[in-house]
Amino acid sequence: MLIPGFIYLLFNNYIPMTFTVIAFKKYNFQKGIWGSEFIGFDNFKSLFSTRDSWIILRNTVGYNLIFIAIGLFVGLAIAILLDELNSKKGKRAYQMTYLIPYMISITVVSYIVYALLSTDTGFINNSILRPLGKKGVSWYAQPAFWPFILVAVNQWKWLGYNSIIYYSSVISIDSSYYEAATIDGAARFQRIMYITIPIIRSTIITMTLLQLGSIFRSDFGLFYQVPMDSSALMNVTNTIDTYVYRGIKSVGTLGMSSAAGLYQSVVGFVLILAANGIVRKIDRDSAIF
Amino acid sequence: MIKRDKVFQIIDHIILFLVSLFCVLPLLLLFSSSFSNETAILHEGYHMLPRQFDLTAYKYIVNGSSGILRSYGISAVVTIAGTLGNLVLTILYAYPISRKDLKGRTFFSFFLFFTILFNGGLIPTYMMWTNTFHIKNSYLAYILPNLLVNGFYVIMARNYFSSNIPVALLESARMDGAGEFRILRSIVLPMSKPILATLGLFVSLNYWNDWQNGLYYISNDKMYTIQVLLNRMLLDTLYMQQGLAKNMSSSIGVSLPTATLKMAIAVLGAIPVLIIFPFISKYLSGGIVVGAVKG
Repeated sequence: MLIPGFIYLLFNNYIPMTFTVIAFKKYNFQKGIWGSEFIGFDNFKSLFSTRDSWIILRNTVGYNLIFIAIGLFVGLAIAILLDELNSKKGKRAYQMTYLIPYMISITVVSYIVYALLSTDTGFINNSILRPLGKKGVSWYAQPAFWPFILVAVNQWKWLGYNSIIYYSSVISIDSSYYEAATIDGAARFQRIMYITIPIIRSTIITMTLLQLGSIFRSDFGLFYQVPMDSSALMNVTNTIDTYVYRGIKSVGTLGMSSAAGLYQSVVGFVLILAANGIVRKIDRDSAIF
Repeated sequence: MIKRDKVFQIIDHIILFLVSLFCVLPLLLLFSSSFSNETAILHEGYHMLPRQFDLTAYKYIVNGSSGILRSYGISAVVTIAGTLGNLVLTILYAYPISRKDLKGRTFFSFFLFFTILFNGGLIPTYMMWTNTFHIKNSYLAYILPNLLVNGFYVIMARNYFSSNIPVALLESARMDGAGEFRILRSIVLPMSKPILATLGLFVSLNYWNDWQNGLYYISNDKMYTIQVLLNRMLLDTLYMQQGLAKNMSSSIGVSLPTATLKMAIAVLGAIPVLIIFPFISKYLSGGIVVGAVKG
């Protein structure tokens, strides 16, 4: 019964794992993967001697750290504000609204960003900067703005999802704690700091560690499609995933790209195991395995 | 005290309302721009409210020769086929490993779980599908790579089966002489509607929104799904002007309203998602995705 799925996984997941040897070879189209010459760690050496290797590492890990930190703060804040709201209808309506961006495909998101930022027809240049008497900015050529833009787009897409995870753990708190605290004269803010946050601490830790475990992965669409693959922005938008993709398109860098891909897979694997190991120590029930 | 609470409630509402504006206004910009007049947009830029309400962009899309409707149809067929295929394989894998009496259960579970933890990455996967299966420029390229079986979803289904289907029921069916496939069809599936609905929504969302398989494997523009078309139109301005204009302008006789047409196609790409959204948000709110993976 499970044979079809087994065969699929074998081909889609396991056979490609053996193909990672390409990272140790000088790939030649005629000879194929197995026939190509074995060159040991040369691809890795040339990868790490490029400036790109440092940039993609910095961007991948750096953006992830910022996304995780801001995501935690915003998600938690919204979850608590939702919980403190008395109106049931309001709670549901807000939650629904926050989830809409999560469902929208990144290609559509890139059109929204374009509608905001396009130099000639963009909303920001025409409806905000121009009335203020300022000159328009050619956003897609100015790397300095993009760290902020990418963080904003990422938050837009994920704040609903993050807040709902924290919200579902906040609402599971037994209300008698709050009643007792109120009788003892605790103010709202004290209640949040001394009851809510300590109780959902394990959810916070688990979520954060799991996200740290995938710190070597980046959302390809966010870094490739949203900045419209603009070469002027490459310094601040190139991540491991976009770098590897660009390797498929140009044979010249295929060796280094496959080295980068394998490096991402292996380090990512180690990080997930480590993150899960720590979660297990703190709170066995929260570990994924 | 009560008065202070009222003040707090108002502030709370204001903050949460501002956050929802942050979520919704960008979409409003997209919708309004698509319903605007091309010349107005070129002069005043995209706007939050339609500038001189105009349906020209949509007329271009509905016009049969544009090819946009064909992309839309391809997206729909890929989504349906992919979702069905995914659900069948997921159930066929999840049900056996949910049963404690399966021989090699640990092996098969691990075989599945390991795919979540480690993968060969884009280049080896790409080589596998293109060299071994020659999947380039075939519709299967939208369906097969990566999306057909998702380890997380199989685990969700397995957890559902093992906690919601009483073993005694399965045993009594076997006593009555039912084979395994018969049991799956007549007992397990009818009891699994909630999980099938949940997974079906998530999988169809993944297929509808997917553009990466198209980006990697499809270069023939007659085979584009709506998402791939969107990707190509934005990154390749020449494609928009030449590729699409070639098909369209002759039939209407005016130049292509590229600025509004872009937004109109993006709106079409988002609409099916917005339609199924109320159903899917119900499952998301339960935190089902995170909670269900464990176990």
